[in-house]
Amino acid sequence: MNFDFSDDQKMLKDQARKFLTEKCPTKAVRKILESDEPYDKALWKQIGEMGWLGTAIPEEYGGLGLGHLELCVIAEELGRAIAPVPFSSTVYLATEAIMLAGSEAQKKKYLPKLAAGELIGTFALAEGAQPPSPKTVKASFKSGKLDGIKSPVPDGDVADFAVVLVRSGEGQGERALSLAIVDLKAAGVTRRTVKTVDPSRSQAEITFKGAAAEALGAQGEGWDLTRRILDRAAILMAFEQVGGADTCLAMAKDYALNRYAFGRQIGSFQAIKHKLADMYVLNELARSNAYFGAWALSTNAPDLPEAAAGARISATDAFHNAAQENIQTHGGMGFTWELDCHLFYRRSKTLSLALGASRVWKDRLINHLEKKNVA
Amino acid sequence: MDFNDTPAEATFRQEVRAWLEANAKPKSATGFSAENPRFQRNEADSLKIAKAWQAKKAEKRYARITWPKENGGLGGTPMQQVVYSQEEAKFDVPSGFFEIGLGMCIPTVTHYASKEVAARYVKPALYGEEIWCQLFSEPSAGSDVAGLRTRAEKDGDDWIVNGQKVWTSGAHYSDFGILLTRTDPTAQKHKGLTMFYLSMKSPGVEVKPIKQMSGGANFNEVYFTNVRIPDSQRLGEVGAGWGVALTTLMHERLAVGGGAGGSGPDIKELIALARETELEDGPAIRNSAVRERIAEWYVRGQGLKYTTYRTLTALSQGKVPGPEASIAKVVVAPKMQDLSSFAMDLEDMGGVMVGEDSPQMGAFQQSYMWAPGLRIAGGTDEILKNIIAERVLGLPADIRVDKDIPFNKLPTGR
Repeated sequence: MNFDFSDDQKMLKDQARKFLTEKCPTKAVRKILESDEPYDKALWKQIGEMGWLGTAIPEEYGGLGLGHLELCVIAEELGRAIAPVPFSSTVYLATEAIMLAGSEAQKKKYLPKLAAGELIGTFALAEGAQPPSPKTVKASFKSGKLDGIKSPVPDGDVADFAVVLVRSGEGQGERALSLAIVDLKAAGVTRRTVKTVDPSRSQAEITFKGAAAEALGAQGEGWDLTRRILDRAAILMAFEQVGGADTCLAMAKDYALNRYAFGRQIGSFQAIKHKLADMYVLNELARSNAYFGAWALSTNAPDLPEAAAGARISATDAFHNAAQENIQTHGGMGFTWELDCHLFYRRSKTLSLALGASRVWKDRLINHLEKKNVA
Repeated sequence: MDFNDTPAEATFRQEVRAWLEANAKPKSATGFSAENPRFQRNEADSLKIAKAWQAKKAEKRYARITWPKENGGLGGTPMQQVVYSQEEAKFDVPSGFFEIGLGMCIPTVTHYASKEVAARYVKPALYGEEIWCQLFSEPSAGSDVAGLRTRAEKDGDDWIVNGQKVWTSGAHYSDFGILLTRTDPTAQKHKGLTMFYLSMKSPGVEVKPIKQMSGGANFNEVYFTNVRIPDSQRLGEVGAGWGVALTTLMHERLAVGGGAGGSGPDIKELIALARETELEDGPAIRNSAVRERIAEWYVRGQGLKYTTYRTLTALSQGKVPGPEASIAKVVVAPKMQDLSSFAMDLEDMGGVMVGEDSPQMGAFQQSYMWAPGLRIAGGTDEILKNIIAERVLGLPADIRVDKDIPFNKLPTGR
């Protein structure tokens, strides 16, 4: 039994934590939140220089060729710091999509530049305030031309290219959907930054009018590929969520130890102790589920979809709870703009919606269990 | 990351499996059905079977793998104990009767009694010939164990004990017990306690089973009326009983590999029920509200399972496990209660029925009636959360109003 990260991976994690503690204090997150800057460009540049963007990209495509376990520990630290950079869109989504479904030419074209930090990528799925599905996707891809509106697209206003879920065939079945890659700086693409609950991470509405695009993966496999990409991204994002949840617990604990009311530390009241114990329990369950996801991702296990759903549901639950109860523990101060609690509250909701809400993942989890015939 | 044994663990697992195959029958697939023998045996029969199995295990030194060889153990590692437990769980063998004695009482006796005394008790306990119980809780001392009132008064070389214990597991079939008493009511409450061991057959000891709300009677009230205990059966110093009790409870926490009481119906059974239950809009398993709930419990159960893997990894590498192992019971017990209640809801009006009239032999109904006990026994949800908050997160202990007051001056309620 070796259900833990290796010493080298832990060392990488420590380095990442030290780096982000120094370069990405909440002050840096707040700066993006309060300005029109879409992301922390200096931080992004340094992250690129350290090679993090190419962690799981094979060496033949210019990456570090390490693997997904290494990417998981970096993700946890980015989540702990709620780093305001387009890492998840570029790495968990765009890079994973190309590694999973890209042709050799596409891999050669995109991966080295992604690894070097020369490209920001994203995955354009949503079309408004409802879950994307074979029934609802309207964006179309015919004869190399892309039409339609995708919104919100994470980092859609700053990305260089997007993988887009599009309708390429007739009917409302899964086979009517495909994936396409589109250069977001090309003709026929207009973008508008949309306002969100978490302005420390930018999102955009992208309108395509006859934009030139090329297929990613085979026609009719768009929905299946989307699910596989989301599975992989969900595990990596679960680590971000676990990191964020742990920060919330640390903040709440620190405040509970230092805030006095009724002549004593509020952390000595059971109402607060039990709240924080509940937080700890959910965080540990989420961490363990994320670890299983990491194992499944790094070994490409047949259980990957189930592991991804488990990691996703558990991490979403933990971060959401921790962010919300951290504010409650801080009382009135927690509701001020000045304190950092709201940064985590915003981010937790953003991450919990980014790859689809828990409701959808729970349904998928039961699908997998039914298939496995657990009963 | 992998889930494989180390070569040494694999070898040990093979040895254990070979021995189990030669000496026990694999678990049958009868599950929660009338064919499962566990629904048919009475306690006396179960005890007889358990004692025979315990003797076999002790002979092979598997009864207590981490105990030193001179005490009849294997001198093995905690990980070997885990490997054994994992393998044994695949076989239809009895469990439960000896855990309190071997896990808590005997380690306390060997820690505090002379070598000669310990030698007298260790082997019979290991072989299942003598069963031990732990006499701590009282009607006025549940979560607050140190608030106990059972009095021991010195009389020459003896102590005379009067009082009452409660929730004593297995007292009705136990031969010996370790007993926490109050020897000085004028001292602060933690300082006036003294620990003894005694024969449960001592004159003046009366055991009365407690009928639980679930219908069974796994626990007892134990009354002490002028029970005479020689001073030579004292464990630790007079007035130092609280420290001795903490040693006992620490041994309880070290007992790894045991489950957290989750032997009731779980996700597998719930999915089976949801498949066969027709709701107004089709089979329950197709209903999105039902699916969401099942997914939530499944994720909690898996989270706990993988948390155990993290603990085992630390053990396997010879490290001390992290504090994450402390979350098990606060997850398992409420989950058991919620899940069984939900299963009964699925059965709708028919959910009230128990036993053979109910799906899966009424396993969910049984679980529903047992779950409140699981949330209390061995530390209530609330006490366990205090422990997580104080020992894991480092939050301050609650302010103690009983701290500097003699025990007999403390306010008492009803």
